[in-house]
Amino acid sequence: MNTALKVLTTFTLWFSVGYVIADQLPNVGQKDKKFSVEKLQVNVGDTVTFTNDDPFFHNVFSLSPAATFDLGSYPQGESRDITFEEAGEVQVECAIHPSMQMTIEVTE
Amino acid sequence: MQLIINVNLRRLALALVILMPCAAELKEATLQILRNGENAGSYILQAGDPSLAEWKLPPLNIADQTSADHTQSDALIKLGRALFFDPKLSSDNSRSCASCHRPKLGWSDGRPTAVGLNGQPLDRATPSLYNSAYGTIFTWDGRASSLEEQALGPVYDPSEMGSSADELLTKLRSDEYYRKAFAEVFTEQLITDQFITDQFITEDSISRALASFERTLLVQNTRFDQWVAGDHNALTLSEIRGFGVFLDSERGSCATCHAPPNFTDDGFHNIGLASFSDPDPDLGRYNIRPVKLMRGAFKTPSLRNITLTAPYFHDGSAETLEDVVEHYQQGGVSKGNLSPEMKDIDLNTQDVDDLIAFLRAISITRDDESINMASEQ
Repeated sequence: MNTALKVLTTFTLWFSVGYVIADQLPNVGQKDKKFSVEKLQVNVGDTVTFTNDDPFFHNVFSLSPAATFDLGSYPQGESRDITFEEAGEVQVECAIHPSMQMTIEVTE
Repeated sequence: MQLIINVNLRRLALALVILMPCAAELKEATLQILRNGENAGSYILQAGDPSLAEWKLPPLNIADQTSADHTQSDALIKLGRALFFDPKLSSDNSRSCASCHRPKLGWSDGRPTAVGLNGQPLDRATPSLYNSAYGTIFTWDGRASSLEEQALGPVYDPSEMGSSADELLTKLRSDEYYRKAFAEVFTEQLITDQFITDQFITEDSISRALASFERTLLVQNTRFDQWVAGDHNALTLSEIRGFGVFLDSERGSCATCHAPPNFTDDGFHNIGLASFSDPDPDLGRYNIRPVKLMRGAFKTPSLRNITLTAPYFHDGSAETLEDVVEHYQQGGVSKGNLSPEMKDIDLNTQDVDDLIAFLRAISITRDDESINMASEQ
């Protein structure tokens, strides 16, 4: 009984921890031609997901030295991920709609 | 007769339901167009309907738009107008801003691409200045983020007006009218000492004045605007149907980029013009933001007063609105790096006629341009 309880507890914790980690992965939405947050702080090694909630394409990119990337264009309901490998300030924009801008602060 | 047309975006079905008997005095049909997006609701195409509110141009808060500590006063606008039409701003005193941005040609020049200093051809069409007060980014490639930032670009461009900061300031500081006008605008008092007045004639103050004048070039009261405000007689049934084609993501799909309220998303798209297949094509926005999708992408122009600003596109390759619609019907000509929003659209003859009728309805007539004509004085 005790063993069964330990196994159950272990599985519960494992799934709970897994869920919390997954839930904490930053997801930045694009809605009404705006990013869902203007500023975000993440750690080196973190992955940020960009999800398009608008009924037209977005193309998220950054030309910052700390993270240069181009996630390409993607339609409503689709997401793209980017993992940050270096500390620094990352200016993020949408190539199609340049008024969409946000900053990601990547720390050690 | 009142008609309701439901466009189901998923099944691409079109249903026509006659709801009530004909009322002789009813001149418009009521069309319902599903908005693009999940649970986005519908546009009810009836004069003054609340669903059309996003197409109303908001009042301009000029104070918010002026970048520094001076609001947009009448005196500043008058000064900006004087500068805009003054050939002193070019190196050889031959060209003013208005040489290309001509009031009678929709603040453009009627040419496929502009003509610069000494008659040399330029690479791109002269963009109209209408409603630039509502803009958030300027020039075909978006290299300026304010009208102030843009104002002196053509003045200093060797191909356009060929002047320089030193030359420009020397000319204006030696001009009695400008010495007096700048000092009055920026101090609100009469100053006669030339040493003092010179301090008010700067690149910054010149840019502010030009931008302030450009913000007055507004188109806010087309027949379309009157219809959105509630005038049932402002648009014909064909024009209303054309607005439906314009909105409908399964037909014209124009509003994705020519978005409300100013018929532009202030965004950048490669729309597949034939010139992009040239051996050394104009890369447009890519020169400013080197992201792949931006190769050959240019800013979406506003459409109000479009009938006054032909020819169309950044390379002036479409002479007429019919040519423009035909281009989009083909889904573009040069398919390399095409915007993902470009797709083959299949409009029937009625749709095309209605769409073009609508485009004409978002323009005022030349006779209505008394304000703009006055600006040329």
